[in-house]
Amino acid sequence: MNELALLNPFAFGFMQRALVAGLVVGVFAPMIGTFLVQKRLSLIGDGIGHVAFAGVGAGLLLHVSPIWAALVFAVVGALGVDWLRARRRASGDVALALLFYSGIALGVVLISLGGGLNANILVYLFGQPLTVTRSEIVTIFVLGAAITVTMWALRRVLFSVVTDDDWSRVAGLPVDALNALLAVMTAVAVVAAMRIVGILLVAALMVLPVASAQLLARSFRGTLIVSVGVGVGSVVAGLVAAWEWDLAPSGAMVLAAAAVFALVTVGKRAAPRTLRQEEHA
Amino acid sequence: MGAPEPLRSEPSDDAGYLLEAEGVCFAYGRDPVLTDVSLRVSPGEFVALVGPNGSGKTTLLRILLGSLVPDEGRVRILGADPARFDERWRLGYVPQRPSLASEVPATVEEIVTSGRLSRRGWWRALRPDDRAAVRHAITSVDLGELSGRPVNTLSGGQQQRAFIARAFASEPDLLVLDEPVAGIDAGSQRRFSDSLTHLIREHHAGVLLVSHELSAVAGAVDRVIVLKGRVLFDGPPAELTREGVSLGIHREDLPLWLEGLR
Repeated sequence: MNELALLNPFAFGFMQRALVAGLVVGVFAPMIGTFLVQKRLSLIGDGIGHVAFAGVGAGLLLHVSPIWAALVFAVVGALGVDWLRARRRASGDVALALLFYSGIALGVVLISLGGGLNANILVYLFGQPLTVTRSEIVTIFVLGAAITVTMWALRRVLFSVVTDDDWSRVAGLPVDALNALLAVMTAVAVVAAMRIVGILLVAALMVLPVASAQLLARSFRGTLIVSVGVGVGSVVAGLVAAWEWDLAPSGAMVLAAAAVFALVTVGKRAAPRTLRQEEHA
Repeated sequence: MGAPEPLRSEPSDDAGYLLEAEGVCFAYGRDPVLTDVSLRVSPGEFVALVGPNGSGKTTLLRILLGSLVPDEGRVRILGADPARFDERWRLGYVPQRPSLASEVPATVEEIVTSGRLSRRGWWRALRPDDRAAVRHAITSVDLGELSGRPVNTLSGGQQQRAFIARAFASEPDLLVLDEPVAGIDAGSQRRFSDSLTHLIREHHAGVLLVSHELSAVAGAVDRVIVLKGRVLFDGPPAELTREGVSLGIHREDLPLWLEGLR
């Protein structure tokens, strides 16, 4: 190994795999997050993550792939939340909290039945892109591509539904079906990103890049594109920082996204008055 | 005092009503809200449905749009039962206070483009003629220069015109507006009235405007329907100014719309 390789974090196979998987997550997580933020469901990804954890537990117990088991649990949980929300059966956040905490409690119980809590679980809770395998990259890529293509193809109608639910219904758009689709796509996104950023941090990559983008962009389309840019940038910056300072990569990625938001907020405030006036002219 | 018999204008054409309600009755529990309400809107006709707060306007509107089912009576919207009405693009709807989420910025053009989706097919890509219809709708409400601006940075009147353009974008046969001029400045009200006249003239569309006041559109209305649980009056505005006082509705309800007609 030469010195140049040590200076370039992506000269190593495991870093290249982490980068590829991270870039895919950096694209689809903010993309779906833009619709969730507009729908004021910023924390839904966090909640679905809790349910996915029960799937991880079931997978470990039954010796099936934890990712696919988590996908089944997350999709069922997401549809359940959407059903409760649509029928206003959820009184405040209580019914949702019940579902989410039941999910994580079920996960803990299933994992203890399957041999107890160990380091493997930490990979799913906090993510670990540096140990991602080729087959996991393929899974993440296939799921991520499905989300990205679906979101982009249906962006206009999803925009209408998340922006004005009542009007979209009168206009004859299939609001319930599209809300259910968005719930399923969110579940798929949570599971696809789980191995990289972890169940506890996945919602951050869905929401934080969007929080920055909505300050920078002047349209929904612009917000979608800028948030993906921030997401991808945060993943790369997080991996480089993790390499440079020996940090947990998933946490570094999320902190990078939070730092972008802080910089954008400060930058907006410090922007010359004339620029701001032009914006509102 | 019992309510007087409504005066009704006879339709010139029995077939081809855009909107038709016959003998509609509705009650919330034991409280009757609507009693034997009938109304019709024909192509090219501008009808204003007015009445004081609590007169049943909102309930009637929900029944007409199919989100409530009447206890009695029959409703046809563009010839179909509201619950089984598929050609939704033929109906343009402007809600009272759009429950617009604005966490993420959305431009006038993006909002108006939503109005085109049901006509094109929501799963299909937009074509040049869809983009042309969106541009035309934006221009017709005089928002051409603001089409790239985020809606939440516009004034209340400009926002309302954006929502009207969204309804125009599907080139509807029938336009239903719920309290569209509430809180809008006089200049925007004039442009709003011009936009409706444009739609009626250009597309021969029918318009049903639900409001508690008429001042913004008084000059353009063909027919006024006064609702207070039942239809108190249904006829041309000039007739209302003559008959309205004798109907006994000016004292207790004295709505602003009567002022606007004078």
